[in-house]
Amino acid sequence: MNNSRSISPRGKKATFDIAAERMRLARRERLFSFLQRQGALVVLIALVVLSAVSFSTFLTTRNIENILVQISFLGLIVVGVTFVIISHGIDLSVGSQLALGGVIAGFCVQWFWPLGLIVPPLVTGAIGLLNGLIITKWKLEPFIVTLASLLSVRGLAFAITNEKTVGISDVPAFTWFGRGDLFGVRIPILICLLAFLIGGIVLTRTTYGKAIFAIGGDEDAARLMGIDVDRTKLIAYTVSGMLAGFAGALLAARLSAGQPVAGPGWELDAIASVVVGGTLLSGGAGSMSGSLIGVLLLGMLRNLINQVGTLSSYWQQVVSGLFLLIVVTAQTYLTAQERRR
Amino acid sequence: MDTSDALVKRRPFDLSRLSSWTGDNGIYLTLLGLVIFNAIFTNNFATTVTFWNLLVQVAPIILVALGMAMVIGTGGIDISVGSVMAIASAIVPLTLGWGWPVAVICGLLGGVLVGAFNGFFVAVVGMQPIVATLALLVGGRGLAQVMVGAYLQIIYDKPFLALGRARVLEIPFPVIVAAVMAIIMAFVVNRTTLGRYVQSAGANRRAAYLSGHPVRLTLMSVYMISGFLAGLAGVLATARLAASDPAKIGLLMELDAIAAVVVGGMPLSGGRVSVPKTLAGALFVQVITATFIMNNLSPIWAQVLKGIIIVLAVYIQRRGRRA
Repeated sequence: MNNSRSISPRGKKATFDIAAERMRLARRERLFSFLQRQGALVVLIALVVLSAVSFSTFLTTRNIENILVQISFLGLIVVGVTFVIISHGIDLSVGSQLALGGVIAGFCVQWFWPLGLIVPPLVTGAIGLLNGLIITKWKLEPFIVTLASLLSVRGLAFAITNEKTVGISDVPAFTWFGRGDLFGVRIPILICLLAFLIGGIVLTRTTYGKAIFAIGGDEDAARLMGIDVDRTKLIAYTVSGMLAGFAGALLAARLSAGQPVAGPGWELDAIASVVVGGTLLSGGAGSMSGSLIGVLLLGMLRNLINQVGTLSSYWQQVVSGLFLLIVVTAQTYLTAQERRR
Repeated sequence: MDTSDALVKRRPFDLSRLSSWTGDNGIYLTLLGLVIFNAIFTNNFATTVTFWNLLVQVAPIILVALGMAMVIGTGGIDISVGSVMAIASAIVPLTLGWGWPVAVICGLLGGVLVGAFNGFFVAVVGMQPIVATLALLVGGRGLAQVMVGAYLQIIYDKPFLALGRARVLEIPFPVIVAAVMAIIMAFVVNRTTLGRYVQSAGANRRAAYLSGHPVRLTLMSVYMISGFLAGLAGVLATARLAASDPAKIGLLMELDAIAAVVVGGMPLSGGRVSVPKTLAGALFVQVITATFIMNNLSPIWAQVLKGIIIVLAVYIQRRGRRA
């Protein structure tokens, strides 16, 4: 005891220096973590202002509504993928699941139109469950499992349609879900917002959300805490599949056709949106509101390419790819800064 | 360790060693089984025409799979290979005006460049390989289509087309290229420092780094090799097709290449590269496709099956290693 008292002045001085240093670092850290979490929002606002100034056609209700409708199908997928990525997984099969959901919807509406909305998510949910089962029970890497199912499910969508589009004619009740509006807002936008709202609540206000974060942070620790890791992951992959299938059904309703080629590269767009929103690919951190901003940002970029007009639509793919690379690079840099302390 | 080894040795019939032998060399047995099955049940399978056709069609898969085996050997993955083929293919008609050698070299350089791009994001930035190459998978094909325009470009240059169609001593030229590359890669893997570095970077990256191996350089070179081989495959495919069609060339090639490597028994976690097993894996993948086509089944079902085969192969490996 005596000893500790005698060195206390020195210790005090040292703590004071450390405290100052810590303050400075904390400020830096806050800036970086703000950039990492809210950078997308800043870019989004800047982009909106820029486009509004540059293109007279941009800030019209019609154009804004178009952007939102176009992005709402991807948005539904993003909600599911956010859960998967926060749990330190990845789901590359969503684009194919969307295509499969669309063609199944095309087949089902011919019998009884509500089936067109119910059956696709059930089927793709089952495929998502299968993904999850293989990942959790066989302990295989999520990327290889969902890559295999990206290819297989796309093949399945082509096989059951003989590579042809499934037309949907004269089912106004069904196509209303893709084109109609409620209180002046288009249905897909409403559904997408609802999904984000529910997703956000589940992620932040429920034990399931906490479990997802815990697993993404440290799976072994989560298991020791008594969290049923396998079940939590299974649900995440199943929901991701269901939402993708449902998005496919809605897209089919909007286009009056189930296309086996629908959603090419959407797995990339979904991952990009989630990561842009500040969710870490290494799991354990992220937010639903960030993903929403990410989707909006991607939709804006797409729209800008169209606004410029002289660029071919293939540029969209190039931009999506570059977008992802830039964002992940920035995120890697910012998190490395944060960890350096 | 010692006691368990001794116990194993004492057993007269060593089932575990037999199963580990079949586990290690399972691909050769599986391939043999598939070929025998086809020879019996598929019409016209056991003919010289089919034989040469199979070899010509498997050549691009072999080329790409060799690069993929190196990348997977470091514990990475390169799913951009199909798009790299498309880019190389798109470069050919743009540069063919300066003569076919220039076009070929530019196509290959394009592949190396995209590979370097991949390698940069994986090795320097530290991005997950699946994410970096996914960006190139989508963006690269878009770029190829931007370069060529919406329509496919038909190529009339005779000497260039010969690259895809000529035969030397009855052997089609693409097969010769694939064979030469396989020999070179086997040499690189087994007899060079790079080969050692690749396997050490995959087996234990941290240990490799601490023992002074140039891990970043190794990763960089591996992705560049993969890009080069995919570019070569793209150029040959363009010559064979007599057209540059960025929308189709190399489509789903990542599936075949990954399947070839994984079915060949190389773990996705890296650390092991085997050229003979990659060759066998590539042949297996192509025979599967041929089985579907020759029996009048849609090749799309082969795509579904190949996805399932990848997952099963990884699972079997995983179980084999744990036991």
